[in-house]
Amino acid sequence: MDADFIAQILFSAIKTGTPLLFIALGEVICEKSGVLNLGQEGMMLMGAVVGFLAAYSTGNMAFGVLAAMAMGCVMSLIFGVLVLHLGANQVATGLALTIFGTGLSAFVGSDFVGKTIQGFNPIPIPYLSSIPYLGKILFEHDLLVYLSFIMTVLIMYVTNKTRLGLTLKAVGENPNAANAIGIKVLRVRYLAIMFGGAMTGIAGAYMSLVYTPMWAENMTAGRGWIALALVVFASWRVGRIMLGAYLFGLASIMHLVLQGFGWTISTNLLAMLPYVATVFVMVIISADKFKEKLLAPRSLGKPFDPRHMA
Amino acid sequence: MKLKSLLLGVGLMLGVTMAQAEEPFKVGFVYVGPVGDLGWSYEHDQGRKEMEKYFKGKVKTTYVENVAEGADAERVITQLVKAGNKVIFTTSFGFMNATVKAAKRFPNVVFEHATGYKRAKNLGTYVLRTYEGRYISGVAAGLLTKTNTIGYIGAFPIPEVIRDIDATYMGAKSVNPNIKLKIVWANTWYDPGKETDAANALMDQGADVLIQHTDSPAPLIAAQKRGARAIGQASDQSKFAPQAHIFSVRDHWAPYYIKTVQQVMDGTWKSQDFWGGFHDNMLQLASINPNLPKNVRAKIEETLAAIKSGKLKPFTGPIKDNTGKIVVPAGHSLTDQELARVNWYVQGITDKIPH
Repeated sequence: MDADFIAQILFSAIKTGTPLLFIALGEVICEKSGVLNLGQEGMMLMGAVVGFLAAYSTGNMAFGVLAAMAMGCVMSLIFGVLVLHLGANQVATGLALTIFGTGLSAFVGSDFVGKTIQGFNPIPIPYLSSIPYLGKILFEHDLLVYLSFIMTVLIMYVTNKTRLGLTLKAVGENPNAANAIGIKVLRVRYLAIMFGGAMTGIAGAYMSLVYTPMWAENMTAGRGWIALALVVFASWRVGRIMLGAYLFGLASIMHLVLQGFGWTISTNLLAMLPYVATVFVMVIISADKFKEKLLAPRSLGKPFDPRHMA
Repeated sequence: MKLKSLLLGVGLMLGVTMAQAEEPFKVGFVYVGPVGDLGWSYEHDQGRKEMEKYFKGKVKTTYVENVAEGADAERVITQLVKAGNKVIFTTSFGFMNATVKAAKRFPNVVFEHATGYKRAKNLGTYVLRTYEGRYISGVAAGLLTKTNTIGYIGAFPIPEVIRDIDATYMGAKSVNPNIKLKIVWANTWYDPGKETDAANALMDQGADVLIQHTDSPAPLIAAQKRGARAIGQASDQSKFAPQAHIFSVRDHWAPYYIKTVQQVMDGTWKSQDFWGGFHDNMLQLASINPNLPKNVRAKIEETLAAIKSGKLKPFTGPIKDNTGKIVVPAGHSLTDQELARVNWYVQGITDKIPH
């Protein structure tokens, strides 16, 4: 195992982790506003199929990504209306959204199975990509990976350093107090949910335009669920989400890499690692005294009805 | 009066046409995946369509896709029986127990279960000699590799997959004595993302020809991106990787479906364990890439002809496993029963079979 090979593995880990990163970044904003959206898998599939359809029909990859974002928004809006206005249970509605998206994407995409597109090509960044090792790992990717870098920094900045971030936090921690000082709680939650939908749409487009440039039924294979676990694993902190996404990415390719070296330990064990880590973190969270430190938004999953406030 | 007679005439005509159009013979299919998977279930569905066309309206088929293996399958099979289907094909290994139970409950219906090993008076099994296609794949890969390393993506270590790995290695070895086979288990039949990861992991470690025993075209796309080569699985996957594609080994179920339905209609059907390969036109080499060197193409066609005629049987002794034990004595070719139980790697494969 030489340094070039390790660089190659880390490069792959970033590629594998990118869809998880997009979803988790969107979901963390959503959860910080106090809404738990378990519909990621369904939104991702809809993003993947619509992104593929749009890119295939127009030949324009960027348009495919935009279409996927829009589709993600629409899906999350359905969710938003149900849980925010109609007061539906968030967990049940999220699950329903996943089932709905899985079925609908299969239906919409049935005529596009087996079609192929060129997909995004990698664009090495001048100068940066010639840094030894690091250049290969970080700067020889495609546009969407770079976009995920930018989004991470942007979200980190907004949530930690701006008034907008504070508003979001207030709504998620104590919606009654936020409402009392004049913040439109439902509006903030709608926007947060739609942002999450758009990010998940990009993650879907990443699968169908970059990772495996094709459409196939159920092609996301549970990545939406892994991303949900990732948010908890990272205890709602943006920096940790990025790190966690690449760790999860690494864990999911490591068992394939090690097999090539003739390792005989069960590969299922390695594939299991991210989940074990997540369960571990969840156990810690459920022990009360740690909860504050771990930053779980306190009103997560609880509905808010401004009419009861007056 | 006129109107009445007119109506009577119409009625008579209707009656006549209805009597002429006999009730069609009903046949049901149960698929484990979506018909759009472009692999396993897709080809079963192509076989169904070809069979229905062959019988020109005398046979009416129904299919149910995406059926989970287990209790759900039993319910679906029962429904198909209640709907009047006289023959039911269950097309995944995991439907075995559900099919066995249904066969007991409905003795007047004929059941056919793909890739299984449990049979009854009204329950037959059928399977493809995919190892024949693998042997040819091995020959092609062995000639085309520049790094002498073939990458193999397996789904699960069951006899069918192990057998195919052995055949691939023997094919490759027959044309390239320095060949190495790297095997990666994806632990899934279908996950384009994971299959891409597996393909990349193999290419990172020097493999430049990929062979897969998983169902999505993702490994071909990955090979195409990196200038490697790959072989299509189950259906013609050439369009996914125009340069990288060597050929696809296509499953072709129609001959068996036509034969079986004909036999049941004639009353000559008997339960058996059927193995179909190139000789029966149930496997086909699809879209051999025109960009292959002439000598490779010639060797592929020569090997195919030898297998078709029965001159070449990949599992003919002497064969040693990779612990040095003789598993097929000289002069013996494995019988179908023995093929079904292959659980060893042939000598030269350095890996161990995972448990």
